[in-house]
Formats: sequence, C-alpha cells, structure tokens
Amino acid sequence: MAGWYSYAKQTIRMSAPPLHDPIQNPQPDASAEVRNTTCYMCACRCGIRVHLRNGEVRYIEGNPDHPLNQGVICAKGSAGIMKQYSPARLTQPLRRKPGAERGSGEFEPISWEETFALLAERLARLRATDPRQFALFTGRDQMQALTGLFARQFGTPNYAAHGGFCSVNMAAGMIYTIGGSFWEFGGPDLDRARLFVMIGTAEDHHSNPLKIALAKFKRDGGRFISINPVRTGYSAIADEWVPIRPGSDGALLLALIHEILATGLYDRDFLVRYTNAGELVNVDEKNDEFGMFVRIEVPAEESCYDPQNKLWWDRDSNRPVASHKEGCDPFLLGEFRLPDGTRVKPAFQLLQERVAEYTPEWAAGITGIPAATIRRLAHEMGITARDQKIELPIAWTDSWGKKHDTVTGNPVAFHAMRGLAAHSNGFQTIRALAILMTALGTIDRPGGFRHKVPFPRPIPPCARTPNHPKAVRPDSPLDGLALGWPSDPDDLFVADDGAPVRIDKAFSWEYPLAVHGLMHNVITNAWRGDPYRIDTLLLFMANMAWNSTMNTVEVRKMLCDKDEDGEYKIPFLVVCDAFHSETTAFADLILPDTTYLERHDVMSILDRPISEFDGPVDAVRIPVVAPPPGCKPFQEVLIELGGRLGLPAFAHKDGRRKYRDYPDFIVNFETEPGSGIGFLSGWRGKGGEKSMRGEPNPNQWEMYARNNCVHHVELPKSYQYMRNWNKGYLDWSQRNRITRYAEPILIHLYSEVLMRFRQAAQGKGLSRKPPEHLKKRVETFFDPLPFYYEPLEAQISDKYRYPLVAVTQRPMAMYHSWDSQNAWLRQIHAYNELYVNAQTARAANIGDGDWLWVESQWGKVRCIARHSEAVEPGTVWTWNAIGKAAGAWALAADANESRQGFLLNHLISEELPGGISNSDPITGQAAWYDVRVRIYPAGADEPQVSAPQFAALKPYPGMAAAPRWLRFFAGLTK
Amino acid sequence: MTQLALVIDLNVCVGCSACVTSCKAWNTSGAAGPLADLNPYAAKPSGTFFNRVQTFEIGAYPATETVHFPKSCMHCEDPPCVPVCPTGASYKRQEDGIVLVDYDKCIGCKYCSWACPYGAREFDELGKVMKKCTLCVDRIYDKSLPENERKPSCVRACPTGARLFGDIHDPNSPVAQAIREQGGYALLPEWGAHPANHYLPRRKTAMHIHEDELERADNPLLIDSELPSPSLSEPSFDDVASW
Repeated sequence: MAGWYSYAKQTIRMSAPPLHDPIQNPQPDASAEVRNTTCYMCACRCGIRVHLRNGEVRYIEGNPDHPLNQGVICAKGSAGIMKQYSPARLTQPLRRKPGAERGSGEFEPISWEETFALLAERLARLRATDPRQFALFTGRDQMQALTGLFARQFGTPNYAAHGGFCSVNMAAGMIYTIGGSFWEFGGPDLDRARLFVMIGTAEDHHSNPLKIALAKFKRDGGRFISINPVRTGYSAIADEWVPIRPGSDGALLLALIHEILATGLYDRDFLVRYTNAGELVNVDEKNDEFGMFVRIEVPAEESCYDPQNKLWWDRDSNRPVASHKEGCDPFLLGEFRLPDGTRVKPAFQLLQERVAEYTPEWAAGITGIPAATIRRLAHEMGITARDQKIELPIAWTDSWGKKHDTVTGNPVAFHAMRGLAAHSNGFQTIRALAILMTALGTIDRPGGFRHKVPFPRPIPPCARTPNHPKAVRPDSPLDGLALGWPSDPDDLFVADDGAPVRIDKAFSWEYPLAVHGLMHNVITNAWRGDPYRIDTLLLFMANMAWNSTMNTVEVRKMLCDKDEDGEYKIPFLVVCDAFHSETTAFADLILPDTTYLERHDVMSILDRPISEFDGPVDAVRIPVVAPPPGCKPFQEVLIELGGRLGLPAFAHKDGRRKYRDYPDFIVNFETEPGSGIGFLSGWRGKGGEKSMRGEPNPNQWEMYARNNCVHHVELPKSYQYMRNWNKGYLDWSQRNRITRYAEPILIHLYSEVLMRFRQAAQGKGLSRKPPEHLKKRVETFFDPLPFYYEPLEAQISDKYRYPLVAVTQRPMAMYHSWDSQNAWLRQIHAYNELYVNAQTARAANIGDGDWLWVESQWGKVRCIARHSEAVEPGTVWTWNAIGKAAGAWALAADANESRQGFLLNHLISEELPGGISNSDPITGQAAWYDVRVRIYPAGADEPQVSAPQFAALKPYPGMAAAPRWLRFFAGLTK
Repeated sequence: MTQLALVIDLNVCVGCSACVTSCKAWNTSGAAGPLADLNPYAAKPSGTFFNRVQTFEIGAYPATETVHFPKSCMHCEDPPCVPVCPTGASYKRQEDGIVLVDYDKCIGCKYCSWACPYGAREFDELGKVMKKCTLCVDRIYDKSLPENERKPSCVRACPTGARLFGDIHDPNSPVAQAIREQGGYALLPEWGAHPANHYLPRRKTAMHIHEDELERADNPLLIDSELPSPSLSEPSFDDVASW
C-alpha cells in the first residue's frame, strides 16, 4: 500500500548540503554561561543548571551531580523559562487606591521605603499592644525556618504554612506512630523493594526522585500495585490497579492488618524488639490508669521521649519483667494480672481485638474491593516480606547494646500522601497504614520505608507550643514555638477555660494535634471574630482567594466584608507574591516577590529537609539573573522588617539591625550565640572545615556555589538503617544536636498519647479537661488504636441525593507548581474537565464532552464531562488548580482556564454545620476529598461556560502587556 | 548505515511531559528556533512542539489501562514526507538517518504533514515553515558538551529514563538490544515507512501464591497463641465434682 513513494527510496538519503545548517550554533558570538542553583517550580527542589545567553535564560537542565534529581528534570523545571518571562509578573509594590473597594484590583505604585514605613508603623503598634493581631500564613512549607522565626520573634501565635490543608494527617499520623513520615521525612526504598504499594494520590510529593526510583524498580522486575479511585499518573504503569472508594482506605488497611495477624504473616521479632507490641497496658476500666502502659518509674522529662520504663510479661518465667530485658521474650497475646491485682494486656493483644471485626468481607462492603482481593493483597505483602528477606552485611548496634552482624529488610514498600490524608478520617487511616508497615517489619529497613535526617524524631517530637495565652505578651517574642507536637492535654495552646489561643484554633480541643495549623480556617475565623478579630493578615505565596481555599465564593466575600462602621472585617491584608494571582486582588498592600532564579534561598535542615536515605542534605539557591528593580525577595522583606521592628533575632539592643541582608543572615545567624547551628549545615567553621555544626563561615555561600549548591553528608552504612533504635545513629544525631535525646524510638502500635486525650475527655487523670461540648468528640476520635469511621461529611449527608464523591489530583506538568499560567505548561493543560465513569455518566444522561452541573450541599459548578473507564463508578474527579478566575495571572479574560476550566473548591465547605472546621477532628487536616456530589446535565439553553464566573481581574500598574504571540529565543542579538 | 532513533519504554513512562517542555526549551533557542506560540496567554493557546504526550485509556472498567504515549518524528527509514516535498526541503541525512527540514528551502506548503502517517510534523505559524523533531542534532554532535551530554534534550530530562537514544542499526547498541529483547515495535508498520523510533511494551509482574506459603512451621502464631497455663489455684471441676 505504500508503494506510491517507493520510486523515490533511492534518493531519500540526500547528499547535497542543506542551506540551513542544522548544527550551527545560531548565536555563536553570544556570551554563554551556566550557573547552578536549585529549582522551585514545585516543592521537589531539584538541582538545576541554568544556561544563560547574553544574560537571558536559554535552557534549564537537571544537575547530574545533584543527589536529589541526578540530572533529570520535570516538565515544570524546563518551563521555568516561561515563569521568568511571564507577563503576570508584579514589578513594584502596590497599594490599594484610596477610595477603591477591596477586590476591585485598583492599585497604585508605592515605594519600598513607604511600604516598609507603613508596615513597620502598623506592625510595631500591634506588637506593642496585642501581637495576636498580626497573622502570618505562608502557602509554602519550605521557608518555615525563617518565616517561623520571624513570627515567633514578633510574638504572634498566629503563624503556619499550608500543611494543614495539604497533608498534615500524613505527617502527624506517621510521626505519632513511627517517628517519621513520607516525602521530606522519609520514603519507600524502591532500590531494594520487591513489592510496592501506592495508596491514593501521592505522585506530587517528591516527584522526580520517585519517578527515577519507580522506573528502576519496574525494570528490576518489582511488582507495583496501585490502590486508587483513579488510574492516572504513576498508577498507569502499575502491574495491578485496585480501584477503591474515596475515604474508605482506613477500612482496607484495617482489613489488611486483620488478615496479616490472622494468618501469622507479621514479623514477630520486629514487633517484639522495636515496637510497644509486648508492653503491658492497664485494662482495669475502673482504674484511673486505664488504657495507660504500666510503668516501673517515671523520669522527669518523660514527655520529651519514650523512656524504657514499661513492662513485658515474660514467656519463660511467666511473670512481668522490664521490657527489653536481656534473655526475655514477651507474650504478645493474652491477659495477665499484676501482683497488685491490676489486669493488663500486651498492646498487640489489644490490636488483635481491635481488628477482629475488621474482616475482608466487612471492608469489601465499604471499599468496593472484593474480599478475596483484600485477602490476596495481604498475602502478597506478608509472603513477600517474609520470604524475600534481604540480609545486608552491615554491622550495627541497637539501643540496648546488642550487636547485629546484618541489617534485615522485608522488601515491601508503601507510599501515600494526600489521597489518604485529605479526609476527616485520615489520621486514623494513616495510623493504620503505619501499623501495617510495622507489622510487616519494614520500618527503616532495606526495601521498606526509610527515614531521612532529621527523622526519626521521638514520638512525639519534642517541639512544643506554649500552653497558655500568657505566652503572648506585648513587645516580646512568643514564649515557645507557634507550631509543635502535643504529647498530652497540658500541651494544648488554650486558656484556662479551654478557649483557643490561635486564630485557626490549632492545638485547641477542637483540633488538638493540628501540628501544621489550619490555614484553611484563618479567613473565616478572622472574619467572624471567632475566637477573635485580627488586624493584619500577611499572606505569602498563598492563593487564599482561589484554589487554596475551600468555599472560594464565600471566602472572597469575607475578604471584602465590612463592619457597620465601614471598616473591613479583616482590616489590613498584605500579600507577597511574584505574580498576578487571584489573591493579590484583595490586598491592601502587595509586596512583589522575586522568582526562584533571582534570589538567595536555603533548603535548610531546620526546615523541610531534602535529605536522602543515606544522610542529611541541604542546598541553596543563588541568583542567576537580576530581579526587576522594584522586586524584593520575601526573605529580604522579613530581615528588613525584623530590623525595623527591633525583633531580638534581627536587631541589636540599641536598635541597629544585625544583618546586612538575607545572605548575611544565613551565614551569621546561630540558633543561640555560639551554638554553631545555623540554617545551613555545610562548610561551617571559620574556614569551612566543619559539617553540621560550627562557627559561621564568611565564605559559606561561595563554597556552596562551588559544590553544586548542595551539601550532602553520607552517613556510615551502619547508621543508615534501623535508626529508631540504632545506637550509633542516635548518638551521631545527638552529638550533632539534631536531637536532644538518644533514647530508642519504639513504634507506637498502641498510642498512649491519644489515650491521654481520651482519658481527659473521660474526666480521668490530672491533666486539663475538654469543655463539655467537645468531650464526646475527643473521646470518640482519640482512640489509641486505629479505627474506621465514615468521613464526617458523609455522616451528615443524604447519600441518595449526593451519591458520588468528588476528588482532585494535580497533573504532573503542574503539581506543586505556583504558576500554571506558564505559556508552555498551559498548552498541556489549558482547562480541566470532570472525569466520570462512562456508566455513571450515561445513567445520568450525560454524554462525553457534554456540559453538566456538579452539585454538593454547599455549592454547584458547571463544567464539561469526560467519560472515563479509569475511574471508580462512585467517584468523579478533575485536575485541580487549572481553572483560574477571569483575567488573573495576566491571562486574557476569555482564556480557557476561566471559560472552560473550573475549581472544585466551590463545592467544598471549610466548615461543617455547627461552625466546626471541615477537617480531621484530631489534626485539623482539611477534608478536601470528603465532598459528596450529584451530577446532572446542563440545560441546552445554558451558556457553554463554566460557572461560577467572576468579574475579570485587570492588570496592575507596572505589569507588561501579555503578548499575542511568542517566538521565544533567548539572548537574541538585536 | 547509521540510523539514530529514540526507543520509548511505555513500561515506565508516567506521562509527566518532562520531555515535552525540555524539548521546547532546548529547540526554541537552538538551531531550529524560535518555535512559535500563538495566544500564549489567551484562549486556545497553540504552539510548535516537536514532542507531545498523548494519554488514552484502553479497555472497560475495571480492566482499564491508562497509556501515556510520547510521540515525535519517527525518523523513518523510508520517510513519506521526503519525496512529496516540492522544494527538497524535507530530507534525510546520509550520515545518521535523521529526517530534517531545511527551513531555508521550505515554502510551507504542508505536503509533508499530509504525507506523514504519524502526525509528527509541526507547522510554525509565525515562521511559516514546517518544523519537527531534529533529535537535537545541534546537541548530539556538539563537541563543547561533555560526551555523556550529547543526547537529545528529552532523553536527558526524562525522569524515568523511558527514552533511549542510539543507532538502531548497530546490533550492539542499547537501543537495538532493547528492541530485540524487549519486544520493541514500530507504529503503523503497514504504511511501510519503517519508522526508526520504536516503542517498548508494558510488562506486567505478577505474584503467584502457593498454598503452603500460608501454612508454615515458623508461623509466629504458633508461639503467640501458646498462652500460660492457668494457675493451679484457679477454680476447676476438681473442686466440685467427684463423678
């Protein structure tokens, strides 16, 4: 059939030279330069090499000498060029025009000097009267070492990053169980795993390293199972896709534990030595100590670490002994009576009792996964863990002094993030996941889960917030951290009457373990004045008037709402952003930030680390291009303000500022005078000869620059595994002041921390007690063993009226990105559609490509339907944050993002009836994925435009006009 | 005769589009650039990309496969785009088999894009010439680059290493070996264009469980279900019955 051109075959390979030389450098005389820095197109923080031609960004490639990405780069990373040259760029500080209404987008330029004077005057007044009146919330978690320091020095408790609405359940659920978690804190060791199970949407956390590892794993013949309502992203290459109903993961995980325990597929040696499985719990219900471990003695600092003061019931002597006593082996099952008559059970017995009713048949009804599949999954996990054991010839010594010749690995690895976390039952679900991983004996072992420095931490980590409103005092730093890890009710940040101290009510009885705060409730709470009103809200890189907020329509109204006296209910809103985001429109003052290619920055171990399994890593950004003259990095803004406000960390007693600028701060700041601990761990000491700790080194930045902008300490092999109980590692960690305590970190199968809250709710013990109206809530959810409950929204929903669950994912070309208006990336995703299982859609009379309405109890959205076979029939889903408000991000008012694209956020409420946050009752994690919806066709007479629509946002003064076409060619010689 | 090509491993491609923008970034400022983007900030943005990823579903729920499919010029051994070109702008290089467009000869008549069975040609609406993947011919011979970097931009970017690059005619090359040993296939062979680019299929790893793996002597339940004997002093039948 192709013979029509065969006559020409002989002439196809041409010999005459072409006119256009395809190899010739098109700009041979241009100046060319390559500079290393660190990417920030998402939160991965890969090493990049930026190629400049005549000073313009010509090409961005992965740095092959960087441990994190090993030379690769993602779609966003390469498209950083279009971020740099985006017309959405803000170029000068802007103030809302006098007389203009908030949200109208009417601004006038203001100088930086005026900006600082205005801010300093206002903030100084707040600090001198009531520091709570200033709230600082940031959309990014990776600059918390500095932003957190600033807030603490200011003295406000009202500070957090976006973790509360992202994945705090994953952090808290895992850290309160195994002392570490996924992503920045640890991850699956796919180098040695044989079975990899990914549950729920998880691609966006550590994307490039995970892609590298996953491909290697698949090529090595590993088996990859994806459990997810949707088959996309990494799930596409899974060997098996197990569709599951959203929010039911806890039921699946508990049934898997049930089956692992019932068939004896658990790793007994691991449970005995490295967890609290054998430790005896008081089960005398009348006893005040009911539910607590029986203790031999109580050291003074008990709450900061887990002392080895619990009991086992020894199998050999049939009597209680100190746990981990040499030569003893505990009963894991059974019930015993102590000499004083107290009835006790090992924690493992309680776990077994808990999961007894969680059979695969029970879970099948909730998850939609057949019982036989659940059983087989458990068997695959258990048999792989047991029969494909790895023994690495690495000698190490455990915390009890026992020497081991090898490190054992049970090669079953898991990964999960928001898919599990973003539900109101996420914390207990994730506890169940951590316990499953533990029962299989996979924690910090080859082929399983591995920690990254500074993890593991004690359970819970030692950082605490203050526990009383008195910690907030005028003109003084906050007496404690704004975010911390409560170990019992006395650690809560509440007044004597139980009232929250923080504006977001984190660490109150409503959300006691809200370790990342509840950014999603800040605006609603401040607007309502519950628990109080604030004066100034400073938002950094947080799109709280659009995709980062729930209930977007109402929140936008709250931002503009006024009191009877005509004053805005949130009187002063400051937004720092490099771009023309939806939120900037609501600002009273806009601080134009720099891009990541224009600034100094640090990826600090004091912050969210980028460590590897084999040891700590930190990194820097070094400017590769100059910012527009009117832009200033947010870091510099904080250093300047800190100096002007006389905050002790940033200014001398006589008022002189301590640091010339941010780079100077990074070099010279120490956590305490002479501590030798600063933001960067590399090239410390006067000549850069020290690592981890040491005196400030004036040439530290240059040394980072010479070393690929990254500092990586590879720990000795013997410190790379079993770190919860590895004497060598824990001593190293203590010597380097990464941790105060070098005690072993036993895994909490049974969580006494949770039991302390339940006990308080039951009126027992000496600690604080919850207010009457929250007693039942605390008692119910603070269960020391994981349990399944239906997500809170489902519990109050008419499931016949709202039969579907709506969830979102972010596409790989945009996940964790901050500027999806990017000219190249938006050609990959210019708008989003609602994916509906084809049968579900047909049953609702909705054709492929039809316009439809998606409606929840809280709102409705009109959008385009796309039939799919890769989604569970009870789920509808879409790509998140593709939809934009008309005119925002310098896009034309008729851009696809606003005309076809949509936000699911309009369907999701930030509160449940009664004014409580739509969040996990333990951690305050935003329950994005709980929303229940129904779908129906849009009318034939309706406009084919997504709804709701908003008045188009105008460009601001100083913004370049968006070009109608682009022929981008870097450094073109004119 | 050398035939350079890409071999794309669908077994590991996760559809992240790293190859798409890396290609765009390299080539728009390279010898083939600039590459046009129409409406870059307005409705219906549309630009010249040498490489695109298509995503589609196969099968019916729940037996669904989601496939990510990167596609660019196949650098055919018998490229249908070449003989149809009236000006000789479309050509195949003798030395390495790369199919290129000579932009200085191209008159933008689009015959080549009609002839291409793969839809791999990209018309540059502003340059008014036809463009397409060059296999980064301006990188792979660039002596100023370290040798291990003389590869197409997409190959170096790909986080999963799904894109292999080399001479498919050299039986010892990794690409020829991959095609041979991993079932590499070409698209639409019935067109007879003999595309040089190949794809490696999905491979599934399964686990077979044998019954005896669940009934073993070292089952820890044998230890844990052995509970202590009751105390001798606990009540028993012996206290009350004599039969």
